[in-house]
Amino acid sequence: MSLTTTPEHHVPDDGAPTGPTTPPSRPPARQAAREMDNPHQARAVKDILARIVMWSAFALAMVPLVWILWTVASQGVHMLTEATWWTGNQRNINSDDAGGGARHAIEGTLIQAGMTALISIPIGILTAVYLVEYGRGRLAKAISFMVDILSGVPSIVAALFIYAVWVTTFGIDRSGFAVSLSLVLLMIPTIVRSTEEMLKLVPNELREASYALGVPKWVTVVRIVLRTAFSGIVTGILLGLARVMGETAPLLILGPYTKNFQRDLFDGNMATLPTMINQDRGDFALVTAAERMWGAALTLIILVLLLNILGRVVAHYGSVKK
Amino acid sequence: MSTVTGVSAADELPGPDGRKPLTGDRASTGRLGDRLFGGAATLSGVIVIAMVSLIAVFLLAQALPALTNNSENFLTSRVWAPGGEKPAFGILEFLWTTVAASTIAMLLAVPVGVAVALFLTQYAPMWMRKPAASLVDLLAAIPSIVYGLWGLMTFRAFVKPVEQFLQDNFGWFPLFAPTKITGGTIFFIGIVLAIMVLPIVTALSREVFDQTPVAHKEGALALGATRWEMIRTAVLPFGKPGVISASMLALGRALGETIAVTFLVSALSDGTDWTWSLFNGGETFASKIANNAAEFSNPSKTGAYIAAGLVLFVLTFVVNSIARIVIERRKAFTE
Repeated sequence: MSLTTTPEHHVPDDGAPTGPTTPPSRPPARQAAREMDNPHQARAVKDILARIVMWSAFALAMVPLVWILWTVASQGVHMLTEATWWTGNQRNINSDDAGGGARHAIEGTLIQAGMTALISIPIGILTAVYLVEYGRGRLAKAISFMVDILSGVPSIVAALFIYAVWVTTFGIDRSGFAVSLSLVLLMIPTIVRSTEEMLKLVPNELREASYALGVPKWVTVVRIVLRTAFSGIVTGILLGLARVMGETAPLLILGPYTKNFQRDLFDGNMATLPTMINQDRGDFALVTAAERMWGAALTLIILVLLLNILGRVVAHYGSVKK
Repeated sequence: MSTVTGVSAADELPGPDGRKPLTGDRASTGRLGDRLFGGAATLSGVIVIAMVSLIAVFLLAQALPALTNNSENFLTSRVWAPGGEKPAFGILEFLWTTVAASTIAMLLAVPVGVAVALFLTQYAPMWMRKPAASLVDLLAAIPSIVYGLWGLMTFRAFVKPVEQFLQDNFGWFPLFAPTKITGGTIFFIGIVLAIMVLPIVTALSREVFDQTPVAHKEGALALGATRWEMIRTAVLPFGKPGVISASMLALGRALGETIAVTFLVSALSDGTDWTWSLFNGGETFASKIANNAAEFSNPSKTGAYIAAGLVLFVLTFVVNSIARIVIERRKAFTE
């Protein structure tokens, strides 16, 4: 019978709960006849078709993943094997000059991401604490709703908003810090949502035991609840950072590219990996620029993947035990 | 009783002296530390509300002057000339490109994403489920600028023959009418967007499919359902609201996607004839703003772009709210 292709669930197609095998009492000839004009044959065929569709959908989803990673890795890898890539910048290197470093861009990306994390982690975690430990009424509902809306705000809109505040209203120049501010808008909702999930996993008994010992609520939250959920929260933060690092739209509007080292968030142009890619994309017809572009893309992917892997490792080794 | 922790049974009972039970914010003692910490938590929440409100307020405040000076109809005009003495701009073309490309993306990403989610929860062998799910999540981790590069340098060459085929054979259909654009068509952008939002659809659908009560599934199997019938009668109905909200969130992402689209679109020159064809170029809201970031020279010009951004914000706001409402309603049913 065709259904024996489902090893976990042997379901006889005549509907009788007879267990995994057809009863031996049934004569083989009769069984064969049954299979020939089985009214349920169509169901079995559909079942197999569905199985094929699901497997191929997964295969289909893997195609772009492998394709993208392969393209970027094969085109960019030789840039990364040169030492200057990790130590130098692009100063005095024109589009048609080969090589140069990406350290200025790597530093810029890390510094901006660090600043973003510095602002959004406390706000994000405290908001999640409010939602899980304190808020019950309308305010909590409103906050929860706003977090959802914020998580749906397109990065370009976040950038426009910061532009409208920072540049148009206050007249301050565009800078790395402005970029960080717009990234904060994108990072807070990810932190809130992941922290919230983790706090909900902390068993209530822990809180009650703490209260029973006369520990104040805030100490309970800080030393018991947050500590129990710590690794999960860290994972959420790392994944959020990974997403934020790859954001490009705010950089186009708020963070002009420079070829020089620039470590000051408040002082003008600051290079980042996405803007470096964007810069060299302008001349991708030139082999030299295209190489740099792929090199920067590969560096960015490696950074993002490292954060992702780190996040998963933290989650694996310190998850909340139920 | 809500499933949210942080509430204990003690909160529900009257106090020893017969006082009403302390709930919510008042459940803590009046200690200084408690008040400070609780206050900080509340403040953070309020900051989040303030952020979203400020986004709306600032965008609106800076868009309005430009909108009042606009000599064209903002919603129905195809002209985009926000500079100069008489600014004239309308968003019709961006709206069409954005919505058309996102629709294509959803048509492709939702069925495939749901199928992948079903594969990960119902079909894949046990040992495969976790690593396979991580692989799909990896697709979401790839920065969008890399999708843009890949689409521009590699993928485009593979879509072109498909586009050519559709134009040659179905050109009579207005949506497939042949155009002179060969690079970044709406159709092509839709496909790239589909790949980008696929992991969002899959991740959320997977979560709800995983929550299907075992009793429902085993009940279906015990009645003689095949695996597929079990999915159709137990898993899919249970997961439907989750799939809808997942699709809405994915749609929100597709509408606002910036850099990949900016890399890929072929912008149309001024005065190009209107066509319904999906093989036309055009700009989305996000790409138009990103492409012209260098032009934010004077307030009225900037205001026009901010107005476009505001429309995008409203679009995503509506889409996300729908997703949220669908989830809320599901909660009401399952608890």
